[in-house]
Amino acid sequence: MSCGEQTEILLHAYLDGELDAARSLEIERHLSGCARCTAELESHRALRSALADDSLYFEAPDHLEKRVRAELRKAARASRGVPFPAWRGLAAAASLAAMAVLVWALVAMGRTPSREALLDQELVSAHVRSLMADHLTDVPSSDQHTVKPWFNGKVDFSPEVRDLSGDGYPLVGGRLDYVDGRGAAALVYERRKHAINVFVWPAQDGSGAGQGEAAIRGYNVIRWRRAGTTYAAVSDLNMAELRELVRDLQR
Amino acid sequence: MMRLAVVGRAPRSRSATGPRAVSAIQREPKRSLSPADQERFERTVLPHLRAAYNLARWLTRNPEDAEDVVQESYLRALRFFAGFRGGDGKAWLLTIVRHTSYTAGRRGRAAQATVGLEEAMEDVEDDALGPEELLLQKASGAAVAEALRELPVEFREALVLRELEGLSYKEMAEVTQVPIGTVMSRLARGRQRLRRLLQEHDRGGPA
Repeated sequence: MSCGEQTEILLHAYLDGELDAARSLEIERHLSGCARCTAELESHRALRSALADDSLYFEAPDHLEKRVRAELRKAARASRGVPFPAWRGLAAAASLAAMAVLVWALVAMGRTPSREALLDQELVSAHVRSLMADHLTDVPSSDQHTVKPWFNGKVDFSPEVRDLSGDGYPLVGGRLDYVDGRGAAALVYERRKHAINVFVWPAQDGSGAGQGEAAIRGYNVIRWRRAGTTYAAVSDLNMAELRELVRDLQR
Repeated sequence: MMRLAVVGRAPRSRSATGPRAVSAIQREPKRSLSPADQERFERTVLPHLRAAYNLARWLTRNPEDAEDVVQESYLRALRFFAGFRGGDGKAWLLTIVRHTSYTAGRRGRAAQATVGLEEAMEDVEDDALGPEELLLQKASGAAVAEALRELPVEFREALVLRELEGLSYKEMAEVTQVPIGTVMSRLARGRQRLRRLLQEHDRGGPA
């Protein structure tokens, strides 16, 4: 093992106790013969103890917990229509609450935005942001064999990437984005100067990302699921053509 | 196979009637938290308020924003709690806090110092070690805090999560949504940069 960027990085992992036994041994062997890395390790050890100073930790003000609890109670009450009093001691009322949930679901569904509606809002925002910040693509390429491998190591799944030039929806590139509380791949297509973001992320159980359509502030959203993956196409393109793209993608 | 499996009508209102609302009920029977879930929320998520505030404070660099971020994060956490399948409540909450901090920043407050990939790559050149090493041992908490505050946000968050919150690399990867390799290189570069900043401050004038 010689000095270099990799060794430097491993040195930090060694300092943090995050190396396996074999790697630790390797580093220790290197350290015994390398004054520079030994000094580096000591320097970072000193830096680390400087970072352990209590004054660096921002303690939450006392009123914050009270404020958060009050907000949580309010939110829970608003969303279910039944009081949400003390947090504790409610277990006994479980069956009653289950009934209340059902009633709430039937009655209040129309009032509070569903998770799907929130997700659709989020998707539209992500789409608009990608146009606003002039950051439509991280990897500008119409070649699906360039775009797909680009996502390797950037997201923890391998999105299916297809060029649909033949269908009138050329692939423009790909981008990393963040939707539904996790990293997502955004594939960018184009149709007559309309940008189309197709967000792709693994389906999460319990998340409301099923299939559906929405129109929000002039943008159309189509969501669907396939093979454990959630897809969402977002564009200012008209719904009919957006559906056509989705059909082509589902082929 | 070719069929488009979506409801054929874009719902323009949030009416409770209509096929979409009905299917949503069938799909999400547990959208409201059961008392057992509430109890679980209180046990696994609420105790990490201290960590949530500390992270939000370091990311927003402003006490009022940090409080707002914590409150907003808890509301989001409550909303998404059904999707939380156990595991470490702290890492889960901090993921939300981090995301909320950045969306708050995007709205115009708390300008983030970010660093481009290229810049991060070339950031391996090192400073000579010497008597300055001693400075790290005597560096006051205030000086370290100031240097940490100045770090670009991806390094700052890495150091806060590791050194102040004591997260493992695996948890850090979860919270920051990057591979462990990236966590490792950010920590290494973050510490190098922090050290350089401390040295510069020390040289730059009387402490």
